Amino acid sequence: MANKSYKDADSALDGLLFDGMTIMAGGFGLCGIPENLIEAVKKSGVKELTVISNNAGVDGFGLGVLLNTRQVKKMVSSYVGENKEFERQYLSGELDLEFNPQGTLAERCRAGGAGIPAFYTKTGVGTIVAEGKETREFGGETYVMETALVADLAIVKAWKGDAQGNLVFRKTARNFNPEMAMAGKVCVAEVEEMVPVGELDPDLIHLPGIFVHRIVEGKFEKRIEKVTTRAKESV
Amino acid sequence: MPWTREQMAERAAKELKDGFYVNLGIGIPTLVANYIPEGVDVTLQSENGMLGMGPFPYEGEEDPDLINAGKQTITELDRTSYFSSAESFAMIRGGHINLAILGAMEVAENGDLANWMIPGKLVKGMGGAMDLVAGVQRVVVVMDHANKAGESKVLKKCTLPLTGKGVVDRIITGLGVLDVVEGGLKIVELADGVTRDEVLAATEATVVG
Repeated sequence: MANKSYKDADSALDGLLFDGMTIMAGGFGLCGIPENLIEAVKKSGVKELTVISNNAGVDGFGLGVLLNTRQVKKMVSSYVGENKEFERQYLSGELDLEFNPQGTLAERCRAGGAGIPAFYTKTGVGTIVAEGKETREFGGETYVMETALVADLAIVKAWKGDAQGNLVFRKTARNFNPEMAMAGKVCVAEVEEMVPVGELDPDLIHLPGIFVHRIVEGKFEKRIEKVTTRAKESV
Repeated sequence: MPWTREQMAERAAKELKDGFYVNLGIGIPTLVANYIPEGVDVTLQSENGMLGMGPFPYEGEEDPDLINAGKQTITELDRTSYFSSAESFAMIRGGHINLAILGAMEVAENGDLANWMIPGKLVKGMGGAMDLVAGVQRVVVVMDHANKAGESKVLKKCTLPLTGKGVVDRIITGLGVLDVVEGGLKIVELADGVTRDEVLAATEATVVG
């Protein structure tokens, strides 16, 4: 039986990294990000990376660590404003940036993983996002063509997983992780808890193991970007 | 007197209908959740992958795996479901969400919306705004009628890069409520004590009714 599990994040990435490669990283803000694999990419020293991720982390955490070490050449994201070092590198021209509408980014990944080279969407029609792109009418409405994204490597984070690569996510930490896992030529997943094969309910597996090539259990800081609370009603 | 931010949110909450699935943007739109009318049951969607968004957690009960699209900690409800980003935007783009209430920098009389980019200033990105305005059944904008310099944000034509073309159905400002109709905007409601002339004076766009 296939055993896709590795002992740590460094060994899980062994042989997969090269300069100039494209990496997809799951997560929304700091929620559901592959903390351990990002750290392992940093340690490897691989550079000139194109990173596809909805956001760019914060200073010193998440993808922010790869910006600090100047390992990233280009980001493909939908929203970035939480990171001073990002801002500095972008304004000084050291870092390339491509903005995608969030839903278009998710669908480009989904399409990449699903073998669909391009698709038409209403999103962005009549805006700068559609400039230079093919448009076409369907049913009297204009749509813009967006192309699929495929990455050399996808790094994703799940809650539970098994040695077959089956994954279960938790709450809003799912976000881009399933689509990016599918769109990676190779996908490495990190999980909070590795469970024996057979323990996950087959009906409740969010991402079937076929999309996951390597899997590793990690330790997580799970930093919260914006803590918001309400006062307890006095009884 | 023009409406305050809270009153604008309260007015926007009247757009909610029983059974609606709704996406609320950041800023004043977020406050709308505090004014959901009695007897109206709505389900809030958060585009990072959640239907049935609950209130902020009590202190000490924050869950890093449970945030809204503004990256704030939130809670779940009995009805809550979670899903991936692609599925989330299938809901949005596919027209399954009844209403989006969003903030804006500029709105034009043809329904054009600009709310993501000021050239020359640092651009943070459009996030999910372009998908929301393209796909959601009805788009209501809640914003100040004028910018900090006192210039109208309700224009004949947007000056800023667009988020969507012809996408806005209704505008709620401190001065009242305007609908996008054939040929321009129609005043459908005035804030208490605000006159029609005051709205006309503060509006660069063509007002047709």
